[in-house]
Amino acid sequence: MTEHSIGGKVQTGIAGFDHIAFGGLPRNRNTLVAGTAGSGKSVFGLQFLFSGATMDNEAGVLVAFEEPPGDLMQNVRTFGWDLEKLVRERKLAVVDATATVDDEATVAGTYDLSALLVRIEAAIGAVNAKRVVLDSVGALFTQFDDGGLVRRELHRIGARLRGLGLTTISTAERVEEDGGIGRFGVEDFVADNVIVLRNRLDGERRRRTMEIVKLRGGPHYKGEYPFTIDLEEGIAVIPLSAIQLSQKSSTERMSSGVAELDEMCGGGLYRDSIVLVSGATGTGKTMLVSHFLKAGFDAGERVLLFAAEESKEQLARNAAAWGIDFGKAERDGLLKVVCRLPETMGLEDHLIHMRRDIAHFKPMRVAIDSMTALERASSMKSFREFLIGLVTNLKHLGVSAMLTTSSAMLSVTESATEIHISTMTDTIILLRYIEISSEMRRGVTVLKMRGARHERAIREYTIDGTGMKIGTAFRNIHGILGGSPTYMFTPGPSDVLAPDRPR
Amino acid sequence: MEYSFSLYVTGQKPASRSAIGNLQRLCDEHIPGRYEIRIVDILENPQVAEREKILATPMVVRQSPEPIRRVIGDLSNTDKVLEGLDLLQAAPMSRSQFGGSLT
Repeated sequence: MTEHSIGGKVQTGIAGFDHIAFGGLPRNRNTLVAGTAGSGKSVFGLQFLFSGATMDNEAGVLVAFEEPPGDLMQNVRTFGWDLEKLVRERKLAVVDATATVDDEATVAGTYDLSALLVRIEAAIGAVNAKRVVLDSVGALFTQFDDGGLVRRELHRIGARLRGLGLTTISTAERVEEDGGIGRFGVEDFVADNVIVLRNRLDGERRRRTMEIVKLRGGPHYKGEYPFTIDLEEGIAVIPLSAIQLSQKSSTERMSSGVAELDEMCGGGLYRDSIVLVSGATGTGKTMLVSHFLKAGFDAGERVLLFAAEESKEQLARNAAAWGIDFGKAERDGLLKVVCRLPETMGLEDHLIHMRRDIAHFKPMRVAIDSMTALERASSMKSFREFLIGLVTNLKHLGVSAMLTTSSAMLSVTESATEIHISTMTDTIILLRYIEISSEMRRGVTVLKMRGARHERAIREYTIDGTGMKIGTAFRNIHGILGGSPTYMFTPGPSDVLAPDRPR
Repeated sequence: MEYSFSLYVTGQKPASRSAIGNLQRLCDEHIPGRYEIRIVDILENPQVAEREKILATPMVVRQSPEPIRRVIGDLSNTDKVLEGLDLLQAAPMSRSQFGGSLT
């Protein structure tokens, strides 16, 4: 058996984790999952058992030391995991090793924990288990005074489980987020693999991360990966840098929804590209998004809009003002609008929800209006991770997306959001106010178009009852994007400063 | 019987044998003729260990009289056993009345 192959790994079923662990936990090894109270250790273990029993046809044994098994099972019911049912179906066996409250035993002479091992083995035999979770072994140290004996016995149990060919997860509580792995030196007995779950305060928000400290017999991704505990999936890790952008880019073009803009992009947007639309308030970002979505649903494609600033009704009203019928598209099942206030949850949760919405609705086009609103509700680090997670997901699915950002200043470009986003997007479209002769006009330009020639001109556009009308390029002016246009006077016609207005 | 004990052991290990011997000896000394000992090898009856939530062996449980008392170990520490099973109060009877039963 080569340990690098998937055959040597056991999938945990934890979204993203198997990826950063190069396929899962090494089969027939012991893994220690350590973390502070509330860091998600038990959920990790139970998810491993649940997905084993339901997806991989591998039965499991839950050995509960701290919380009674009934309570543990009740806790994860919110994720939709019916562990009691698995017990009835003999896909899960339970060993209740919690301390009995009523009576404390006196110690009079030498003893060992053979009875525990016998019970675990009996449970394994009863369901023909392949996976075992010991949750959490630290509780044994409070039950029995002799720490050395407990460590010895845990070591013996670990060795025995390996001998039986089982893949084991032991959870252990940590006192602090940093410093030593375990509290009772339990890492000694499960030295194969060590995973640390953390739950830190970042700004005013809880930020959960997972780190594979050690993984025997194979490579794994290093460092901390953010994760979330989600009501539908349980633990979901956001693999970030571990995601390879190996997806091939499409050369197929599609319409942005505005013919002139397609022209500026050299024939339309690429089918799987990520488009950033940057502009100050009122420049028409939401309008461009509406055009982008309309081009999709008019062609019979499903399109999904994530709105972080405006309500569904408001968006529909706006669209109607530009002659775009959101209501009909929704009734036809081609448009889905998801409005979620950024502040309602952490960005990790937003990402998980968005990924799920995308997975369920299977859109060809996705729009997010706006990224700036999402950024405001998070720390810079979370936002970056969110963005990477989102973009890689979209790329992976080959979905095209239009993301909007608001630039704080009316004409000059660049916000923090954009700095992060711009490197990850294929196309950048700038919408800018341009002051010419004491008049606010609007200009659009394609700043970047990955893998294609595009027009460099800044064109004037107007907004009317049918939406965006792009005209011709501003002429004889430069420095527009810098925020201080200068005019080049050329002798001749008097309309030197005025670009051709769209008809 | 006035005193009823369950002694849980795992297999025929030295600790198991010591525990059985020590318990019997102490009972004979302190409560002769008034006790019964039920020996349970949980290697043969793992479901009993599960039901009784036993982790450590050997372990003796005083089932009666109430309250239930538990002592863990090979019972080599006599003082601890007598204290744990609360046998010190029991008035020792004369040697002639020996008659504990093993079931």
